[in-house]
Formats: sequence, structure tokens, C-alpha cells
Amino acid sequence: MSAAMPDRESPAAGYSFAYLDEQTKRMIRRAILKAVAIPGYQVPFGSREMPLPYGWGTGGIQVTASIIGIDDTLKVIDQGADDTTNAVSIRRFFRRTAGVATTERTAEASIVQTRHRIPETPLREGQILVYQVPIPEPLRWLEPREAETRKMHALADYGAMQVRLYEDIATYGRIARTYDYPVQVNDRYVMAPSPIPKFDNPKMDRNPALQLFGAGREKRIYAVPPYTKVKSLDFDDYPFSVQTWDRPCALCGSTTSFLDEVITDDRGGRMFVCSDSEYCAGQVAGQRAAAGGKDGPGHD
Amino acid sequence: MYVAVKGGERAIENSLRYLADERRGDRSLPDVTLEQIGEQFTLAVDRVMGEGSLYDRELAALAVKQARGDLVEAIFLLRAYRTTLPRFGATRPIETGRLRLRRRISAAFKDIPGGQILGPSFDYTHRLLDFALAAGGPVPEGLGEAAAAAPAPRVADLLGREGLIEAAEPATDEQAAPDLTREPLGFPAPRELRLQNLARGDEGFLLALGYSTQRGYGNNHPFAGEIRQGEASVEFVPEELGFAVEIAEIDVTECDMINQFKGSAHIPPQFTRGYGLVFGGSERKAMAMALVDRALRARELGEEADAPAQHEEFVLYHSDNVEASGFVQHLKLPHYVDFQAELVQVRAMRAAATARRDAALDEAAE
Repeated sequence: MSAAMPDRESPAAGYSFAYLDEQTKRMIRRAILKAVAIPGYQVPFGSREMPLPYGWGTGGIQVTASIIGIDDTLKVIDQGADDTTNAVSIRRFFRRTAGVATTERTAEASIVQTRHRIPETPLREGQILVYQVPIPEPLRWLEPREAETRKMHALADYGAMQVRLYEDIATYGRIARTYDYPVQVNDRYVMAPSPIPKFDNPKMDRNPALQLFGAGREKRIYAVPPYTKVKSLDFDDYPFSVQTWDRPCALCGSTTSFLDEVITDDRGGRMFVCSDSEYCAGQVAGQRAAAGGKDGPGHD
Repeated sequence: MYVAVKGGERAIENSLRYLADERRGDRSLPDVTLEQIGEQFTLAVDRVMGEGSLYDRELAALAVKQARGDLVEAIFLLRAYRTTLPRFGATRPIETGRLRLRRRISAAFKDIPGGQILGPSFDYTHRLLDFALAAGGPVPEGLGEAAAAAPAPRVADLLGREGLIEAAEPATDEQAAPDLTREPLGFPAPRELRLQNLARGDEGFLLALGYSTQRGYGNNHPFAGEIRQGEASVEFVPEELGFAVEIAEIDVTECDMINQFKGSAHIPPQFTRGYGLVFGGSERKAMAMALVDRALRARELGEEADAPAQHEEFVLYHSDNVEASGFVQHLKLPHYVDFQAELVQVRAMRAAATARRDAALDEAAE
């Protein structure tokens, strides 16, 4: 039997700031710098085993843990919302291990960690968007062998991807990818945007914020620096387009945001609401304030 | 009404409390202690230490208890703790030829110097549920000192003297040995990295792959040359001292498979080897590991490599149960944004198909 058990009274005590030790953070920061220098290129890194399961955001968590400082304000979203359980869990993790301020407001956050969405509120210079990535390799569906896909990227041999998209058009009359829709970064590397809906792809293009992507299980980091060109793959006669809905958000009335469908009963009843809950609440509050302004003060 | 599809802070807190209560079970029964788990669920602790890549019986026992006996979850707990530990350096290679043997068998020879030692094995138990054990019946006295056997030479070394089996690869400089917990796996992976991966790989996965080689998916005619289990000394050379210091004794099981011979016009035929080494008494895992190690050497030995067990990326990328468990179970996380994207698409495609059909019907009617 081993000697003393570690202190079990305060789990965060005995761990470094933001959980990772400083050597590991330095290794990850180096990988991030390389990723920023080669936009869209997947940099292998010595991904650590995190106390959260693989596939649940360990890559994003390691990236965030490596760049976060005590003065940062962190927002964590999953499916666009701050109150989904895994977003709550990751926010708790950083509150516990780094003690940083957290927020639900996109505008107030210096770092936004996300799974599956880009916030509706436009990001600005100085902000960092950290994506959780399950499968970083956009060519994986065409070629399962890593040794081969690395070669394809090195040679910019993306013909197979164009053929796959063309096959979609031949079969379905359109490109059938609706999320994790492949993009080309800075006219060079084809990149997986992570499983965001293609609705969000245009937001990546020339975004003033730094976009970092972390894939923990697959041990890859990649990046899109601010104001970098990000183009969704398409054809001249079949241009890229995003999802649209034939009705506005049932809560805030937005006609420009990504809507989630909520089934309300077992007789076909359903409603559509913004997936970005903070944006939606902000719209509603703005409308109330405007209405309150007309009615005069005192009304809520 | 907007139904609450999103959980929150309170839901998580309640779930954790519920889990803790379920783990404890009936409060009128005594709480199981780490000592009991360490002493009586030895093989569970061995597996958790091996696949958790951390030799610490007490922490492994805690992981088993905390995980309610779910060993893959326990392995995850131990790994997540291990990753926070500083790395001081690499020990000297352990000398398994000097194991203080508890068990040692060879299926290749009837008798071997040092003898065959069955040791504490399930092999010759009749698998009859022992109702006396359920009733708390008496347990026979142990063998005491008689159980310990003197070190004996390894069977592969005996064969090696005649050149009948390929020589073990010379040990690399231990300080330069790669560490797949620090550097991402690259391909093609050298054998030492492959063995690291297999040593922490999932027992069930390796068992199935090893089994598949026996059934013809990459067969290489294995003989269990030797399986030995016992205590090994672990030595470390601290930089400031410059000489080896014994820092621990660990229990290991080693399996040397003797496989299909190879030869050419220039090299007389020799048997080839597959190797397995695990913590504790995880013998099934050690044997499966040795089969898979040999299968993964197909390419370097100039064999065809078209079976799953011979496919390096397939085996090494999918052997880790912490990675596999996380990614399979992440399907529980909400995916409704992506599903909505698919719904919009399928509805649009169905509408287009209906419009086409109606148009065709109209045309036919005219």
C-alpha cells in the first residue's frame, strides 16, 4: 500500500491553476502558436488525460486551461445555450480549478468555449472562441488512415472531397452536409469547423476574434487567426447556402438566428426558439425595455 | 409552453447526490474498506492499475470503490489522477529473468530448469459456484514460505542460446524511451510504443483481437513459450547519485509467445516472438497482448497484413477504453442543433420530392 493519500478535503487544492501543470500549458501554447502560424493545419499535441471524459470537451478544456488567466471572463455554451448540462459542468470545472469570473453574456466574455455553435452576437477583436472538436480530420470519412490523410493535406490533394460533394448533388440534388460542413482556410488547408451547423460557417470568415480548435482524444489543435478567409466548399453552379426557417423565434421574434425545434405535445405541436439562449433573452429584454420606454417608467 | 429540455446546476448537484447514495447502498451494511478491496478483489485492482497505467494498489482500490465496481470507470479515475503527477524520469528496465516467481508455466516444454509452477491459478478449478463461500465457511491455511520459488531462467533465453529464436531487441536508452502519455502517437509506431499502447489497452478488446488471430484472421501459430508471474524489483538511477537505487517491488505477469519461424537463404530459420507484460496477475490480458504484439509485427517480418489485428492504426487507435468509453458515451450529450440541421434538410428534400411527384402526376393526367 502506498504512503499518504492525497488531500481529499479540497479537490482543487493540490492542483495547478486551471488544473494543468505549467509544463503542459507551455507545450499546449506552443502547439497553439504553431496552429495560428499555419491556419487550418492540425498540429499534433501531447493531449493529457482530463478528469472529464473524452468526447465531452477535453480538447477545448485543455486549450482554455492553457490560455486562461485570472483576469479572464469565461463563457461556456453547448448547443448555443449556457444552461445545458455539459456547459454547466465545464463552467463549474473552471470556477473550481481557476476561480475565474464566468458570464453568460457573449459581449462580456474574453474567452468563449463552445460545442456545436458560434454565438449569434458578433465577436470582436481580442475575444477568443474555443471550439470542442470530436473528429478534427475533415477527410476522415473519405479515408480512415491517418498516415494517408496527412499526406493528402501535405499535397493539398482535396479532389476526393470535391468528388464526395458532387456525389451528394448527383444523389440528392444538393450537398447534403448540414453540419461539420468542410471549409478551406486561407486558400490552403481544408478544415473541419467542428459539428457547428453550416448556418454558422459564414461567421467564421474574416472573424475579428481568434478561433482555436481543440480535439483531446484525437490529440490535435488547429486555429483560424483573426480576419482569416474561411470558405465553405461548394461549386459555382451549386453555391453554398445556409438553413432557413419559415417562421421567427417564438420567444424573441428573431428571423436571423438558428432555431431549435421543441416538441410541445404528442399531437404534432411544436415551437421554434433560438438555440443561442443568451442572445434570445437579450432580444426579449431589449424589446421589453423599448416597450417600457413607450409606456413610461415603472412598468416591467 | 417552452418545456425545460435543458438541465442545469441543480440537476447536476442532485444527480451527484443520488449517485453517492446509490454507491453506498444499504446504510445498515458495513462500508467496504480499501483494504478489503485491495486484499480480496486483487485482480480487479491489478486490471485497474494496468490499464490505468499507475502502480498504486491503494489508489486503484479507491477508484474501484468510487466507481461502484465499474472497472473501466475506475481506470478512468486513476488515469485522470495519474496525469497530474510529475514525471521524474524512467526507471531501469525490469529484469523479469529475476522475478521472485509465484507462477511459471511453459506449454512448449514438458520440463524446464526451475520447473513448472502452477501457483494460484483458476486454471484447474472446476467452475462450480462455492456455496460454502457464500455461507462464510472456513478457508484452508496458505502455503506460507513454501509458495515462494527461486528465480529461474527464461525459456526464451534458453532457446536463444541455440539461436532458435530471434534475439530480444536490445534495450533502448531508458531516458530516451518514448512516452505515449506525453507525445501523441505517430505512424508507423515503433514496437516499444506499440507495446506501451497494448499494455494500457482494454483487456476485452485485446482478447477479441488475439482470439481473431487464432481463428484465421492473421494466424501466426503461437505457442505459450512461457508465462511467469512474480515480484520484480524496480530500480531508478537518480541523476545526482549516478547509481541504481531500488525504489519499489511490483507484481507483474509476463508472457512470451513463440511464433511461426522465419528464415531466408542467408538467415537460418528462427522462431519469432510476441510479448506481453502486465501489472499483477492479469494473465489473460498478458497472453492476448502477446498475440496482438506478434500480429502487429507482420509488416516488419515481411508478412501479409490484411487482418484487423495486424492493422496498426486500427488496433492502436481503438485499444484505449478511456478514449473509447468517452466517445461512445458522448452520444448522450445534446446534439439537437445538428439534429435540427438534419431535420430542416430532410424536410426540404421531402418537399422537393413531393413537388416532383405531383408535377409528374399532373403531366400524366393531361
